[in-house]
Amino acid sequence: MKLQVNQVSVSLGGKQILHDVDLDVAPGEFVGLIGPNGSGKSTLLRTIYRSVRPAAGTVHLGEQDVWGMSARTAARHTAAVLQNCPTPPGLTVREVAELGRTPHHGMFDRNGHTDREIVDAALARTGMADHADRIYGSLSGGERQRVLLARALAQEPKLLVLDEPTNHLDIRARFELLELVHTVGVTTLAVLHDLDLAARSCDRLVVLDGGRVVAVGPVLEALSPAVLSEVFGVTAATERHDDGIVRVTYGARPLARAS
Amino acid sequence: MTATPITTRPAPRPLTKAAGARPAPLSSVPLPVSLVVLGALLVVVILAASAIGSVTFSLGDSWQIVQAHIFGGEVNPAHDQIIWEFRIPRVLLAALAGAGLAVTGVVLQALVNNPLADPFILGVSAGGSVGAVTVMALGAGALGGLGVSGAAFLGATLAVGLVFLLGQQGGKLNPVRLVLAGVVVSYVFTSVTNFMQLQTEPNNMRAIMFWLLGSVSGAHWEQLHIAGVVVIASTLLLTLYGRQLNALVTGDESATALGVDVKRLRLILIVLSSLVAGVLIAVAGGIGFVGLMVPHLVRLTFGVDHRKVLPLAALVGAIYLVIVDLLSRTVDPPNELPLNILTALFGAPFFIWLMRRDRSLAHS
Repeated sequence: MKLQVNQVSVSLGGKQILHDVDLDVAPGEFVGLIGPNGSGKSTLLRTIYRSVRPAAGTVHLGEQDVWGMSARTAARHTAAVLQNCPTPPGLTVREVAELGRTPHHGMFDRNGHTDREIVDAALARTGMADHADRIYGSLSGGERQRVLLARALAQEPKLLVLDEPTNHLDIRARFELLELVHTVGVTTLAVLHDLDLAARSCDRLVVLDGGRVVAVGPVLEALSPAVLSEVFGVTAATERHDDGIVRVTYGARPLARAS
Repeated sequence: MTATPITTRPAPRPLTKAAGARPAPLSSVPLPVSLVVLGALLVVVILAASAIGSVTFSLGDSWQIVQAHIFGGEVNPAHDQIIWEFRIPRVLLAALAGAGLAVTGVVLQALVNNPLADPFILGVSAGGSVGAVTVMALGAGALGGLGVSGAAFLGATLAVGLVFLLGQQGGKLNPVRLVLAGVVVSYVFTSVTNFMQLQTEPNNMRAIMFWLLGSVSGAHWEQLHIAGVVVIASTLLLTLYGRQLNALVTGDESATALGVDVKRLRLILIVLSSLVAGVLIAVAGGIGFVGLMVPHLVRLTFGVDHRKVLPLAALVGAIYLVIVDLLSRTVDPPNELPLNILTALFGAPFFIWLMRRDRSLAHS
């Protein structure tokens, strides 16, 4: 489903975090949100999964205003995989995935046959079906992220929001997770820290700096040498290699300017 | 292109092996089965506790009297007096207190995300004690004719109200502030209680001690009606929040993303659990340990899913406190011990055993 963020501004504790941010994600697209630490990436995501209400501007999912829906309705449309999600280690893999059914039920409902099928499917898609009865605390970092992705899929979202999903994962687990998100095929907006990973796996990039959008577009356009130098402070080039993959190459002396 | 195309995809890495950590021993038992088994056990324990005492009857005798009161029939008046008028009310109060305290313990541990939280973490116990001790030390006129129970409830409400005001920040309840406010308010109220204890006559001391350590010996039917309705209704309502509590313990942001209104949920849960704890303080004094230990005991045995933990904690808490109360009046007859002396002595060894055999704690 199409996500449209329109002129969103956010202030937290008297400090303006986001300034008139525009962003859109087309149905089925995988858009990366990048920028240095403190540029407002996570805050922007929070306005989308309905955690921080924008002081100005709107967030639309399809034709609907996200902030006009109830929290539960919004969570049936948008699922998030967040950083620092302190999942109780004693829950089983299946129980964590079942959390995704939360917005689909009121207080008196119990999970039924349909829920079980949806959770089973989510575990199967993330390759965790054989481990449904394992304790979450016994999993590796990459496996935990897959379970959290299964939890998000169990929400049956139209939009997937990921906040640094590859953080703390080893290199192979990073590639595996991003490939998994691609095969899932849900419209995705992902904050990614690793520029090379962002460049190779996103359809388009949005670059945030100081709470403003400073570049947006296909990877090669958004991640120009100028942006890399001015926003990220590194000397680097982005080019499409013969195999069709865009890679970021950092300069011999990567610090763009003495600051 | 000259490059050799990759024709086979590398096999995905094998998943890590389950290293030691395994699910809780009874986590795969379906909830309805555990509920029926524990429910039946509760009924048996209640009947047994009503039959045993200075005069001991058979289980059949106590069942016959209960049956006669529910469905009508002839009873032996002497037996009826002992069982129906004296024992059943206190056994039921013990069951109510056990269930209520265990469930509010589960809720508050989840709410403030702290395994050391118990039903009294928000100052309920200290506040209730001030009220009760004021009346016991200074006489019934001290608080405008309020009895011990009324005064305890008033004190508990006052303390929670205060903690509530101190625990919020910009209109939002902050768990850490809430716990700290609870600790501070408890200290202040406890020092008032201690001061009054020192000032009172020595023969009041024993009664005060006994009250502070919790007891259901004063239970009677009239009091049970009000307490029963409040505790049963709030506890049942709380057990419906399992799904939302599961979401809440994954953090505020994550719960929000799952469609939970975190601010509202916190408020509802605090009001309901304080109501239960306040009423129980008023009718049974400060029964400790149950609200702290039973939640952990249930998690270690049945797993940490709140949809299971809440109803099972209610049953286990009820069974546990009925047994503790039975011990408190049978270990040293005709004397009675306060409940707090036995809740810990009896439960701690079992708890330590469970804690040591659970390897998932190593991963937290």
